[in-house]
Amino acid sequence: MSLLSLFDVHSFYGNVEALKGVTIDVAEGEIVALIGANGAGKSTLLMTICGVLQARFGTVTFAGRDITRLRTFNIVRLGLAQAPEGRRIFPRMTVLENLQMGASTVGVAHFAQDLERVMTLFPILRTRQAQRGGTLSGGEQQMLAIGRALMSRPRLLLLDEPSLGLAPLVARQIFAAIGDLNRRDGATVLLVEQNAHHALRLAHRGYVMQNGKIVLEGTGRALLANSEVRAAYLGA
Amino acid sequence: MNYLLQQLVNGIALGAIYGLIAIGYTMVYGIIGMINFAHGEIYMIGAFISLIAFMALGLAGISYVPLALLMVLLIAMVFTAAYGWAVERIAYRPLRGSFRLAPLISAIGMSIFLQNYVQLLQGARVKTLQPVVQGGIALTTGAFGVEVSYLQLFIVALTVVLMAVFTYVIAATPLGRAQRAVQQDAIMAALLGVDVDRTISLTFLLGASLAAVAGMMVLLYYGVIDFFIGFSAGIKAFTAAVLGGIGSLPGAMLGGLLIGLIEALWSGYASVEYKDVMVFLVLVLVLVLRPSGLFGRPEVEKV
Repeated sequence: MSLLSLFDVHSFYGNVEALKGVTIDVAEGEIVALIGANGAGKSTLLMTICGVLQARFGTVTFAGRDITRLRTFNIVRLGLAQAPEGRRIFPRMTVLENLQMGASTVGVAHFAQDLERVMTLFPILRTRQAQRGGTLSGGEQQMLAIGRALMSRPRLLLLDEPSLGLAPLVARQIFAAIGDLNRRDGATVLLVEQNAHHALRLAHRGYVMQNGKIVLEGTGRALLANSEVRAAYLGA
Repeated sequence: MNYLLQQLVNGIALGAIYGLIAIGYTMVYGIIGMINFAHGEIYMIGAFISLIAFMALGLAGISYVPLALLMVLLIAMVFTAAYGWAVERIAYRPLRGSFRLAPLISAIGMSIFLQNYVQLLQGARVKTLQPVVQGGIALTTGAFGVEVSYLQLFIVALTVVLMAVFTYVIAATPLGRAQRAVQQDAIMAALLGVDVDRTISLTFLLGASLAAVAGMMVLLYYGVIDFFIGFSAGIKAFTAAVLGGIGSLPGAMLGGLLIGLIEALWSGYASVEYKDVMVFLVLVLVLVLRPSGLFGRPEVEKV
């Protein structure tokens, strides 16, 4: 059974149709990659799932529940967490406070344990705890954004371009961490990426998005081998 | 020397009152980026509610002063907070997402409405309250001895306590954290499960309850209020918030203190009639020379 499914979702920025009937599924325990060029609507899709932007037509279902018309804070309380485009770290809060914000929906019972888990996953955050979020480097901010999302013990993790602007080595580290989360903790991940090569290798399945529509779907391996995908996104 | 000392004492008490009002301006600005021009009126309503509460307690025969003060304080905070909440619900929330000037215009409308509302209900004439807290401590004796009244001590002590509690709430509780998060990035806060509208409402509640305390203090201090007191006090507290750096809590407190001192010293040494002129001159100077205020932060952030 799918954890998240979108059926024929249309979203608009004013009068501009950014999503033109998107249908996707994410099953429990999967890593699903969503690839596509800049402006294809990938981030819009994540924001629509979270209700920051409301779908004008179509339905979004999470864990069997129609969340299309719910408000953002109610949606994420159902067990979704997003590490959004641009990371959106609270710049004038410390790393620890950012992580505390991540745990807003779950109370304090597991806080110490979850904090330890995030710090183990991203050891650099441990040494930066008392530092303000705005002073971290790009890669550290990305780790903090993912860590913050994990603090709510989400059933579904939405990651928007976690490798953007990072040195290749740091990007690889982050992809490895995502893979670990999935294998060890069974985390379900919807991963938006421009870095199609890494994303598709990591993902069980993938979708290719173009101009607000899904134009291709398949297993990660199949998409990697697909000649159109190779030509358009892998530079091969 | 004695004279100077006395003016300083008066200025600190006055500054405490402005500081309490200024916090409301600065918090609301911090969280939704607008100047709540109706905040002065909220303070005025706090003074009226305090007056009504004192009368009611008088009729009920409660004459033990500390108890009466405490009860009036709580009553004023609760009812005034309700007004602050309602103002946000009615005049600002429907305009969220509208163009930037819309809530500002709505705030001015709300301010005029509240003035007239109180004028209609309570009449245009000044209301007086007999001194509730009397006496004081003489610091120096003689013909021009310096005296700190018990009321001044009460005002300063209460302000210090409230600000300490408040600073703690903002710095170390989940509510304060949510509030700062909304301030820094409302969409991200919502993505982490924060109910942004509720957080904004709570900000108005907190700001209004502090303004209520200021209203009660002014009623006790001067013994005279009318429906128009919110205007000048509001602008002075706003000046205090700008002076301290709008959006900064310690800034609002310090700004209030400085404005109180400036007003007291100017009144004492230059001209009582022109005391407001000096305060507004400070506003102009700050805006020209240091628009971000004493504790304001420059807008540059590493993203």
